[in-house]
Amino acid sequence: MNMLLRKLALTTALIAAVPFVTAAQAADISGAGATFPYPIYAKWADAYKKETGIGMNYQSIGSGGGIKQIKAKTVTFGASDAPLKGDELNEAGLAQFPMVMGGIVAVVNLKDIKPGELVLDGQVLADIFMGKITKWDDEAIKKLNPKVKLPSKAIAVVHRSDGSGTTYNFSYYLGDVSADWKSKVGVNTALEWPVGIGAKGNEGVANNVSQTDGAIGYVEYAYAKQNKLTYTDMINKEGKKVSPKAEAFSAAAANADWSSQPGYGVILANQPGATSWPMTAATWILVYKHPDDAAATTDALKFFAWSYAHGEKMAAELDYVPMPEKVVKSVEAMWQKDVTGKDGKPLFAAK
Amino acid sequence: MSAAGAERQDSRRERIVRQFALTDVIFREVSRLAAVVVLALLGGVALSLALGSWPALSTFGAGFLTTESWNPVTEKFGALAPIYGTLVTSAVAILLAVPIGIGIAVFLTELCPRPLRRPIGIAIELLAGIPSIIYGIWGLFVFAPFLQATLQPFVIDAFADIPVLSSLFAGPPYGIGMLTSALILTIMVLPFITSITKDVFDTVPSILKESAYGIGCTTWEVISHIVIPYTRVGIMGGVMLGLGRALGETMAVTFVIGNAHRVNASLFAPGTTISATIANEFTEADGVLYTSSLIALGLILFFITFIILALARFMLMRIDRKAGA
Repeated sequence: MNMLLRKLALTTALIAAVPFVTAAQAADISGAGATFPYPIYAKWADAYKKETGIGMNYQSIGSGGGIKQIKAKTVTFGASDAPLKGDELNEAGLAQFPMVMGGIVAVVNLKDIKPGELVLDGQVLADIFMGKITKWDDEAIKKLNPKVKLPSKAIAVVHRSDGSGTTYNFSYYLGDVSADWKSKVGVNTALEWPVGIGAKGNEGVANNVSQTDGAIGYVEYAYAKQNKLTYTDMINKEGKKVSPKAEAFSAAAANADWSSQPGYGVILANQPGATSWPMTAATWILVYKHPDDAAATTDALKFFAWSYAHGEKMAAELDYVPMPEKVVKSVEAMWQKDVTGKDGKPLFAAK
Repeated sequence: MSAAGAERQDSRRERIVRQFALTDVIFREVSRLAAVVVLALLGGVALSLALGSWPALSTFGAGFLTTESWNPVTEKFGALAPIYGTLVTSAVAILLAVPIGIGIAVFLTELCPRPLRRPIGIAIELLAGIPSIIYGIWGLFVFAPFLQATLQPFVIDAFADIPVLSSLFAGPPYGIGMLTSALILTIMVLPFITSITKDVFDTVPSILKESAYGIGCTTWEVISHIVIPYTRVGIMGGVMLGLGRALGETMAVTFVIGNAHRVNASLFAPGTTISATIANEFTEADGVLYTSSLIALGLILFFITFIILALARFMLMRIDRKAGA
């Protein structure tokens, strides 16, 4: 009995102590948003904590959630795969910059077909997701894959059921290649899908595709790789066949004119270039230009600068593409110009 | 001296009585407050749902209830698909669970050998304790692939030429869909219906049953003419409890229903329910109209549950009156 009481007391004391421990680490950077870059943010944060002792608390609740949270000022930074427009940024007083890039891939579940064996192009992909192509042995798919033996099986389309930056970039690409998609379905973080089943999050789509015979879905490349899903190659804008690889993602980003949009809001879908992956996407960070808690924002900017400078190798391990040097310089210059404390002095000092 | 003593005793008595009266008043007020708080909470929930859904309801009007389209791009929302999905999955689940549940209860109370009663009864009650997320994961990883490979292709082929059934069970076999969710819901509501039915069956006086057996009734006649009529109020209660659970179940359904905003005659087609839609989309909904439409869905679920509970009460009242007459 006495033992039990003592144990109880100890447990209670431990539980009571937890809030204080958290409070002692109040210097943790807090952020919320996109699930697409979560694997790399987590990796960077881990390495950064080992080096500086400052951790990061990132909730991967989705891009829409990230935008809501930063607008509600519950986090120091928000993360979104769908860039905010210039006037929306100005209205909220937010600064936006791209953090990292990656690729979206179509994944399929067909017996006897290995990753990269199947080739699709934008038009066929749009037709599949619109329900115009319903069988795997459709002429249009056969034409792109003369050597592959395609089953006469119904295509089970799997899409996101939650709002998602991945959906935004994917539908942007389909809208770019198919006028029909643009007028009938449109481009957004959530859509009215003409066919298919919905699953929550990149993980949900990955799970449903691997569970459903004859399924096709779209996920961020890291999820396809981790779950060993069968991804497809794509025919890009120049009519060349490309495989989803970091080189193909960075080729797509190479030609982008980042200064053309406010807040660096350039969509990398369907970029020119013989080796460009057509479904490349960047992901953005949102911070306040004049934050209430200047110290927290300074810490966050320091972390981002560190990730730009030291995060390249870790990004490559997970097949993300780091931002080009030129863009990083421009972003850091923007921080110094735009992100200021109450005294009007810049919060970020370049080394 | 003695008079003064009696007086003192009287005043002490009075003091104690007053004290008792005071504690009584305090107790009454506190318990009244507890009841009022529940009412206030309920009113508050209804009010905040109504306020939150006002932008959507004022924009779409009554059309909100009858529109199938749910389009976040053009911000045109209609609740028909989730309402349809909620009602169909719950109805199918109850249709399947009630006969099975009553069957189990009959077996446990009338037919089962005594040593087996407790183990089976406890196993069924344990089913109720399994968290819904486990049902969802099991549904997605085990049950749906099983249905996709076995039951669905078979049923689609078997009913292909029969007019109504062919559209009710039309392909392609996705594995997940409305029927899969309904089957998962059946398993989930089964313990509620079974354990309540079993408990009320136990309340049937043995003298009634024994008299029936005594005049030569079969077990079936005893069940259908004595036990079930005697306990129908309780059975109805169990069914309503199960229905309430089925209507509001979120996690397990979200895993296996397919989350597609479409009204489809086929039970194999993916659909969505009100609670699955809210769980999927609320965190990511941007824009006033989108969020408000989701809250309006919540309000509709509130109403559906309310109406069903009210109907149940009404039915019970009628049964009571008939029994009384």
